[in-house]
Amino acid sequence: MSAPAQIQVRNVHKVFSTGGAEVVALKGIDLDIHPGEFLCLLGPSGCGKSTLLNAVAGFSLPTTGEILVDGRPVTAPGPDRGMVFQEYALFPWMTVEQNVAFGLQIKKRPRAEIRDTVQGLLRMLHLEEFRARFPKDLSGGMRQRVAIARVLALDSQILLMDEPFGALDALTRRTLQDELLRIWSELKKTILFVTHSLEESIYLADRIVLMTYRPGTLKRDVTVDLPRPRDAASPEFNAMKKELGGLLMEEQNRHAQAEFTGTAVD
Amino acid sequence: MARPSPKALRGLLVPLAALALWQLLSAKGILNAHVLPSPGAVLERWWTYLRPGEAFDPSQMSKLRWMLSGELPQDAFASLYRVLAGFLLGGGLALPVGLAMGYSRFLHGLLDPLVQVLRPIPPIAYIPLAILWFGLGNPPAIFLISLGAFFPVLMNTMAGVQHVDGIYLRVARNLGAGRMATFLRVILPAATPYILAGARIGMGTAFIVVIVSEMIAVNNGLGFRILEAREYMWSDKIIAGMFTIGLLGLGIDTLMSLLTKRLLRWHRGLES
Ligand SMILES: Nc1ncnc2c1ncn2[C@@H]1O[C@H](COP(=O)(O)OP(=O)(O)O)[C@@H](O)[C@H]1O
Ligand SMILES: [Mg+2]
Repeated sequence: MSAPAQIQVRNVHKVFSTGGAEVVALKGIDLDIHPGEFLCLLGPSGCGKSTLLNAVAGFSLPTTGEILVDGRPVTAPGPDRGMVFQEYALFPWMTVEQNVAFGLQIKKRPRAEIRDTVQGLLRMLHLEEFRARFPKDLSGGMRQRVAIARVLALDSQILLMDEPFGALDALTRRTLQDELLRIWSELKKTILFVTHSLEESIYLADRIVLMTYRPGTLKRDVTVDLPRPRDAASPEFNAMKKELGGLLMEEQNRHAQAEFTGTAVD
Repeated sequence: MARPSPKALRGLLVPLAALALWQLLSAKGILNAHVLPSPGAVLERWWTYLRPGEAFDPSQMSKLRWMLSGELPQDAFASLYRVLAGFLLGGGLALPVGLAMGYSRFLHGLLDPLVQVLRPIPPIAYIPLAILWFGLGNPPAIFLISLGAFFPVLMNTMAGVQHVDGIYLRVARNLGAGRMATFLRVILPAATPYILAGARIGMGTAFIVVIVSEMIAVNNGLGFRILEAREYMWSDKIIAGMFTIGLLGLGIDTLMSLLTKRLLRWHRGLES
């Protein structure tokens, strides 16, 4: 790819100090993500995936190093980098419709435009009949659809997703993965997707970046060039799973080891 | 609600049993009528207390006004007026102060020590000062009631703002909301369950304080009336007045609870 990277992570370090002890969550991360790319950050829990995503989102800036989005340094969160959280984080006091409209209202778009955009997104995510419901009356899968519609309303080029399907059952997860792929190819978004599921990352990603555990560094950067839609039962899929599985397991074991010796803090 | 559910009937069981026992003990002469008059006597007195004092005269007033011209309705209105005025004054002041203290660490640090010292002082302890400052009549009563409503609303509002889940604030920032929009559309609604709980407690306190303040500062209202009845040893009227207070309190609390349910339709905790 020769187009300039849309997200540039430059020698990023992140150190947390908690009660005297220092945790090096990220160490010397360099990463370029190109426009329209679907990139999965893969690694065992506690390896720094959320930390990196939060740095790109602007919630928690790097200790040293810098992150550029469209050439400009990230200094704060913003609607140009919509984020979807694992815990949905819908506003419970707003209906589905109001949640989706929120970002547009903040941008002070004209009423008619808000109505049309929201309508379109509700249709795209099959939420039309739930528009007047409150989040408490929705299933997990439906909630995550609303959360996705809510960031799509921002019409940002970049989508950040932190284990968005981690809390869903397998069937719902697959449905939402397929919908996300459909949306991605329709809207040509750049997606930075965090997961600890190897299977999920091979199913979704153009490119998988595997992270190491403590300190968080980039261990392997692989391109997935299997044709879509991908078949998780195909030999190619399984070959890839085997190849990456071994590498992931090494980090998983280091995580387990840390837990065993009581130095894991996640 | 076509017919009372078994649950509602079960709720009536104990009160009815207590009433029957009370009536029985009175009829057998075990209870001294001066100490505790029979339910029948109380009911009769209640009716007298409720009834208009004069015959209906269409040239003087409307039928409704006449029906409400009895001593009890007038007392109830007077008490209710004080409760509402005091509650709106105290709660209305507490709400912005609580929001500000919950939102700004600086203001919290500035004001919290004073609040913590004043909060444990029961409104009753302000009675001498209230009379000194405001004389007699409604002003000292409303002052005391507003004090009673102030602190519960303040503490809950403050806690509500402080306990807003950080993830909502992160989402708001991510969606581009500025401080004002975050405050109005995220923090305020997120804090409403606390604020409404505070309002309900504040209303309860206001109700207690109104009775006490009427015993010292004014010459009408339910609190005044039961104290006046004591002067004449009318224990039946005292009890009628007490039940009136109880029913009025129940009515207000029911209204508050309905309002809460309506405003918190979205709230998970209300599912049942
Ligand atoms: N706010 C924080 N304070 C202290 N340590 C943190 C904080 N956030 C994350 N960490 C630590 O940084 C490491 C990486 O965390 P995280 O990015 O959440 O991992 P992941 O998302 O891959 O599970 C973990 O060891 C975690 O304990
Ligand atoms: Mg994480």
